[in-house]
Amino acid sequence: MSDSWRQPRRILMAALGALTVFYLLAPTLVIVPMSFTNAQILSFPPEGFSLQWYEHMLTDRQWSTGIVNSLIVGLLTAALATVLGTLAALGISRGRFPGRSLVNGLVLSPLIVPVVVIAIGMFGLFVQWKISGSVLGLVLAHTALALPFVVVNVSTSLQTMDRNLELAAANLGADPRRSFMHVTLPIILPGVVAGAIFAFITSWDEVVVAIFLTSARFRTLPVEMWEQVRQVVDPTVAAVSTTLLVVTTTLLLVLVFVRRQAPA
Amino acid sequence: MATADEARSRTWPSLVSARPRVNRWSALALPAVVFLIAVFLVPLLAMALRSVTDPPGAGLSNYQQFFEQQAYVRVLTNTFWVALLATLTCLVVGYPFAYLMTIVPGRVAGLLLIAVLLPFWSSLLVRTFAWQVLLRDTGVINRFLLDSGFISEPLTLIRTTSGVILGMSHILLPFMVLPMYAVMRRIDPEYSRAAANLGASPLSAFLRIFIPLSLPGVLAGCLLVFVLALGFYITPALLGGLKDQMISQLIVQQITQRLDWGFGSAMSVLLVAITLTFLFVASRAVRLRDLFGSTTEE
Repeated sequence: MSDSWRQPRRILMAALGALTVFYLLAPTLVIVPMSFTNAQILSFPPEGFSLQWYEHMLTDRQWSTGIVNSLIVGLLTAALATVLGTLAALGISRGRFPGRSLVNGLVLSPLIVPVVVIAIGMFGLFVQWKISGSVLGLVLAHTALALPFVVVNVSTSLQTMDRNLELAAANLGADPRRSFMHVTLPIILPGVVAGAIFAFITSWDEVVVAIFLTSARFRTLPVEMWEQVRQVVDPTVAAVSTTLLVVTTTLLLVLVFVRRQAPA
Repeated sequence: MATADEARSRTWPSLVSARPRVNRWSALALPAVVFLIAVFLVPLLAMALRSVTDPPGAGLSNYQQFFEQQAYVRVLTNTFWVALLATLTCLVVGYPFAYLMTIVPGRVAGLLLIAVLLPFWSSLLVRTFAWQVLLRDTGVINRFLLDSGFISEPLTLIRTTSGVILGMSHILLPFMVLPMYAVMRRIDPEYSRAAANLGASPLSAFLRIFIPLSLPGVLAGCLLVFVLALGFYITPALLGGLKDQMISQLIVQQITQRLDWGFGSAMSVLLVAITLTFLFVASRAVRLRDLFGSTTEE
């Protein structure tokens, strides 16, 4: 292993790595400074500094109701997906029943089926059920999309936990319910929280299903953005993009923090 | 994918077995199963039904119509072509990066992983919009090239196939890197060291030991990216031109503009069938766990 050969290789690898990180992060981050522009059009480098586009986002009725709708749908989705997904993870990881792998496949399948197909399939039926264009319809749809993430996260926690702790609890006289609430749940809680966060993000960023299941009177933030992006784009869209990114990134950082706290 | 439980259920119920066939935990999966059947599976099945009953007595005519029209078949071919190019781009960019993640110190690897996971979890629409801003005639790239005097006329970057590939690869890259990294991380460095001790050059050890051992990850990554790329809608719609239309766009167009539910449903069924076929073929070569197990790891 001659050093003369290794040294250039290292430099090459480092350069490749830096370039790839640049490709991964830079295109998205370009939006952030553009949202603070003083000009009436999107420009880079941005001219001056102003918060007017954020002000516009928060005062404009369409944008601001979009934010509120997205938050409502996201929180309800996170709640429903976390409950259903945690139960399902327990049932799949610890249950014993015929067709278990089929159930596992069903739970993961929303990740596989192209989202346009899911959107159109749900749209066709939800219209008949009269829940298209409502919070309920979108929450049900997003919950289906988010379930796999909750199940995978909680299952991972369940597989790594030491079940002897439950036996110990039983030996000390705890009934199954008590043992679950005081031993199992606290141990798998980081997985549950991670699942809830991923479920919220899934809903918060989702646009294709939402395009079909929302209406002019009820739109989420990404759908509002989709409508704008295809017409005249003013810098408000950059402010909206930055808002979407900041919420997601903050939640991911919370997640990293939660994982750090988790017992190894 | 028969589990022991399934195998047991198919044999004669064993009376001597002390283990009951169904235990109490199983019931907990029930709400999610009922939910997914009602909200996810039934709509898909209703759509499949619609593809052969709309218009009444359609039979397979919707499918026939698709394959008889050259313009539709061209969209399907283009979908495969774009998905393939995006997959190759991700592989070329992603392989060295995943390899790099395995040889740098742990803390750097952690940072590189964050660089992969942040875009993985951020809005696809926002990232596509960013590419639109970069690639337009008056966009960031053209502005930079014009100002620095490299070009005198703006380059046509948006509404082109390369624009679509660039944007799609950017969005799909994490799906390539994560499964490859998951496999590469498990490769014992002792193998390469042993090869070196036996006189192999670092390059030949890499080519003959590391690359073959990393192939399951490569396969998993390529498969995942390809299958996801087949269903892309937002990115080709915003970055591509008319001739870059992909099957998802055609489906949406048929449903929302022509209100042709039968035909749109038939194309949807086709897209799902193609996706499942690729996954089925691949499931013989790749552990499907490698596809999704790694995305939430760490």
